[in-house]
Amino acid sequence: MLIINCPYCGPRDQSEFSNGGEAHVKRPDGSKEIGDREWGEYVFIRANPKGLFYERWVHTHGCRKWFNCVRDTSTDKILVTYKLDEKKPNLNNFKSVVKTPSGEPEVGSGNFTVEK
Amino acid sequence: MKKKYSIFSLAKNALSGHKEWPKMWRSPEPREFYDVIIIGGGGHGLGTAYYLAKEHGLKNIAVIEKGWLGGGNTGRNTTIIRSNYLWDDSAHLYEHSLKLWENLSSELNYNVMFSQRGVMNLAHNEHDIKEIKRRVSANNLNGIDSFWLSKEEIQKKVPIMNTDNLRYPVLGASYQPRGGVARHDAIAWGFAMRADEMGVDIIQNCEAHQIRTKNGTIEGVETSKGFLRANKIGVVASGHTGVLAESAGIRLPLQSKPLQALVSEPIKPIIDTVVMSSAVHAYVSQSDKGELVIGAGTDSYNSFTQRGGFNIIEDTIRAMVELYPVFGKMKMLRQWGGIVDICPDASPIISKCDIDGLFFNCGWGTGGFKATPGSANVFAHTIAKNEPHQINSAFNLDRFASGRLVDEHGAAAVAH
Repeated sequence: MLIINCPYCGPRDQSEFSNGGEAHVKRPDGSKEIGDREWGEYVFIRANPKGLFYERWVHTHGCRKWFNCVRDTSTDKILVTYKLDEKKPNLNNFKSVVKTPSGEPEVGSGNFTVEK
Repeated sequence: MKKKYSIFSLAKNALSGHKEWPKMWRSPEPREFYDVIIIGGGGHGLGTAYYLAKEHGLKNIAVIEKGWLGGGNTGRNTTIIRSNYLWDDSAHLYEHSLKLWENLSSELNYNVMFSQRGVMNLAHNEHDIKEIKRRVSANNLNGIDSFWLSKEEIQKKVPIMNTDNLRYPVLGASYQPRGGVARHDAIAWGFAMRADEMGVDIIQNCEAHQIRTKNGTIEGVETSKGFLRANKIGVVASGHTGVLAESAGIRLPLQSKPLQALVSEPIKPIIDTVVMSSAVHAYVSQSDKGELVIGAGTDSYNSFTQRGGFNIIEDTIRAMVELYPVFGKMKMLRQWGGIVDICPDASPIISKCDIDGLFFNCGWGTGGFKATPGSANVFAHTIAKNEPHQINSAFNLDRFASGRLVDEHGAAAVAH
């Protein structure tokens, strides 16, 4: 289980939070004609990387505020949490631990939970 | 040479201490070029290769697998097989699969231990009753065996169930007698062996790194064993399908999450059917070894860790102990997670895409095992003919633009 650092309340148990999926998803500009395909992509398609991922959480059983987070989905390690109005951190600041696109990290997956 | 299994071969090999069994498949080095490469050596992928060779006469096929055969979700699920889905499209697909299951052991001459012990889906509230009865009626219209069980009938079938003294009492259930369980490894091994006999190269420890395309056509795949050229590539990599699609510049509507399961210590036979409950989220069957096989849920967040959060199994065990107080003192032996790829409508994608020669069979989410032979069969058709089989034509990628979804959140059983 994760310990999530709420930017308003500090570190709390994951059971207090709900996940909100990918962060920084932009609604297509309504000022132009949007095709079914583009609209479908906005509605249904979300990033699903193995590695660094921008995502949203809400502190449901706490301050009830939404915030953003960068987490490594290959290890579940939370790298940073930040408020909605803060600038999106550059992923180059973090090191991806997945060596090949679908490979396993050395530590952190169900296969390798401890230092080898 | 075709390998035959019988009581005589078992007796003969018992005399030599089971050391003389022939290898079930070769382990060849990859060739430079294949007509079709299947990425993913689980049940769906191996089955696809099997049907491509058997029904479509293709010879030059490879299955590449990053680990060992059936080591992904084929070996991590709770092996429940049923076809009681709501919509016509899904009912046809899963029923096609169930019919193949019924004949698979004799077709492969390999015992997949398909045991049709029935599958029960419990209703715990008014809404469940309405929804499940509607599904039973829809199933009957599609010729699928499914009926409603009253609480008394459930008590007769599963006497250990606590139907009344719990927070969400059991009010009834749907029941599909032809549903059941099968041996997960056997389906992968059976398909692998028979595909190998027809000349399919099964290459393990060969990880796909990148799918290469040129001018909208497939070129091949970069792997840990070098670049393999191919005319067609079928991606059947469950949780990692999205990662591979991304490497070819395709975005799929998939989210990968860990789905957990656990087994108990083995006990004497106590439950002779499969009981599922989506409302309280607990489902259980008993393996032939006597272990209770318990399915838990998915985590709420995307992850590739093959582990899953502890709160998820805690929830499931809480529901289990309430439904079956007799299990309260049992020890759990093992717990594990598999990475499932979930589609927004809880239905799979068996489809071609914008790139010529690139095909996807994914999005099976929390319930792909039951569909293994059916999915493989129609996916092989799709790859061989460059167009979908009638059964999988609704499960295309275009549905996310047209809006013609196949919403099976109710029948998919695991809340997500």
